[in-house]
Amino acid sequence: MDYTIVLLAIFDGLSYAALVFMVAVGLTLIFGVLRILNVAHGSLYAIGAYLTASIGGAIFAAGFAPILAFPLMLIAAALVGILLGGPIEYLLLRRIYHKPEVLQLLVTFAVFMILEDVQRLVWGNQPYFEASALQMLGNIQVFGVYYTVYQLILLPVVAALTLIGLRVFLRKTLTGRLITAVTEDREAAQSIGIDANRVYLLTFVVGAGLAGLGGALASPTTSVLPGIGAEMIVLSFAVVATAGLGRIEGAAIAALLIGLGRSAATYTFPELQVLVPYLIMLAVLLVRPEGLFGSPAARKI
Amino acid sequence: MTIRHILPAIALLLIATIPFTAPALQILLTLALAKAIAVMGVTLLLRAGQVSFGHALFFGIAAYAAAFVAASSLDDLVVLLIAGTLGAAVSGLIVGLFVVRYRGIFFGMLNLAFSMIFWSVLEKFYHYTGGADGLRLPRPSVLGLSLERAPFELLLFYVTLGLTVALGWFVLRFLGSPVGQLFQTVKTNETRLEYLGISARTTLLKGYVLSAALCGTGGILVAVAQGIVTPSYAYWIRSGEMVFIAVLGGAGSIPGAVVGAVAYEVVRAYAAAFAADIWQLVLGVFLLAVILFAPGGLAGIYEGLANRLSRRDAPSANRKPAAKEVHS
Repeated sequence: MDYTIVLLAIFDGLSYAALVFMVAVGLTLIFGVLRILNVAHGSLYAIGAYLTASIGGAIFAAGFAPILAFPLMLIAAALVGILLGGPIEYLLLRRIYHKPEVLQLLVTFAVFMILEDVQRLVWGNQPYFEASALQMLGNIQVFGVYYTVYQLILLPVVAALTLIGLRVFLRKTLTGRLITAVTEDREAAQSIGIDANRVYLLTFVVGAGLAGLGGALASPTTSVLPGIGAEMIVLSFAVVATAGLGRIEGAAIAALLIGLGRSAATYTFPELQVLVPYLIMLAVLLVRPEGLFGSPAARKI
Repeated sequence: MTIRHILPAIALLLIATIPFTAPALQILLTLALAKAIAVMGVTLLLRAGQVSFGHALFFGIAAYAAAFVAASSLDDLVVLLIAGTLGAAVSGLIVGLFVVRYRGIFFGMLNLAFSMIFWSVLEKFYHYTGGADGLRLPRPSVLGLSLERAPFELLLFYVTLGLTVALGWFVLRFLGSPVGQLFQTVKTNETRLEYLGISARTTLLKGYVLSAALCGTGGILVAVAQGIVTPSYAYWIRSGEMVFIAVLGGAGSIPGAVVGAVAYEVVRAYAAAFAADIWQLVLGVFLLAVILFAPGGLAGIYEGLANRLSRRDAPSANRKPAAKEVHS
């Protein structure tokens, strides 16, 4: 096989992995702290993408500079985190922390159903495409292969910064340590005066914001249309499950594994492209039911 | 015989007269009852404390299996039902072998992943599956007789009604049987089950295969009634709808599944015209309301009313246990 194709496959895989990681890391962070799997996470991703593509399209058409695409992405992510993530946690999830897992799943699933239609109501069924950010950064030549700077450099750098940032945030800062403490033992943390409710709210807002940012970053590379949220929640769950629920660094490795596997399939067996992420997940789970980096849960008797 | 048992019998009799009293509702009820059978599969799993967001997988597999058989020379309703249900049961066994290793979140989401895989296979391999347009399912013969449209639809209505009652009864018997009791222990105390030397996975697998077969039966009946199968049969929206009806009817209640499905379809037939664009939204809001404020669902509300009515004559005489709620 031609080595340029191999390189292309690797670059595709890398940029795709970066995008998936952004969404998966929010999902796994929320699960790690709240012990709730947020099925609506995919919708938050989609709404982040819709916001960026539609607002971007409107302001660039009005003659504003395309550089504004980047602050716009951050604003979209913050909007998703604060305006959607905040109320979901505060009004809904707060009522169900003591309920069984199945009920919690059903509640977030209901939110997912609601948000899918909200997207359709606000943005309709037509696809949005707004690639100013991607075009502005231009192309780069690496080992004789041309690739967009946006996908090859910006996306992986943002993903890596997110990973490092989260790690530093959780281990070094006071707020991060509070989150870690609540994750370890909620009751003990509360008994020394930590406001667990605030920690939960903060974590959910951050996680939701990461999903929104993932969508915002993805929007220049693809058409934004109904259904991307459903695909993304399943895909990012595949990443999170492969890594082990709640494992942040693991999610990065699993995202790379799945991204590279998927792009390898794109160039060899294109029909299998959509299946590869799940096949990787199934293969990993068959051997390690708790995921690559998960630890077997102790059973309560 | 109390009011509790008389009312359902009257309701069934009323439904059975629908083709003569309200023929316009006949096809609607055929679809509703077919869905009820599928929902029983999801309800069954709720009794083991598990929720599957991907049971449309079996609904779709059986429907496509039926469509393939119908395209061959064996296009008889009975053959379709047997082939489709077998297809669903076998795929239920294969998927089940994998998913019964998990509970809770993983169980629900892995089922969703399997159904999304199947859905994208249906969309991509259009040479075999017809892609997004799906496959036509021509009206099959019934035991060798080819029927005209009207008698066929009438017959299909009674077949569906009969299957709903028979399978509902069967599922209730299953839940009452030793295997079924063990199956429900997966929810209440799985560890104790294993202390008894019984494999929780095998027990759950038995129920899973049954639930897949139920979803499959529902899928075939819907496919035959509509005359077409499309990938949307296996899409997550369909799975979500089943979960919704199961929770609405009363999580874990088999009669609740039937009542829930009929109520859902009737409301949808009239309300969807006004709310077609926001149907998922309406469902989501309702689902939240049921979970947060009426966790027993319709069956729970009915039990509450029936208890109040029969309290004066029989305070505690061999009362059936109340419908299981999702939260124990």
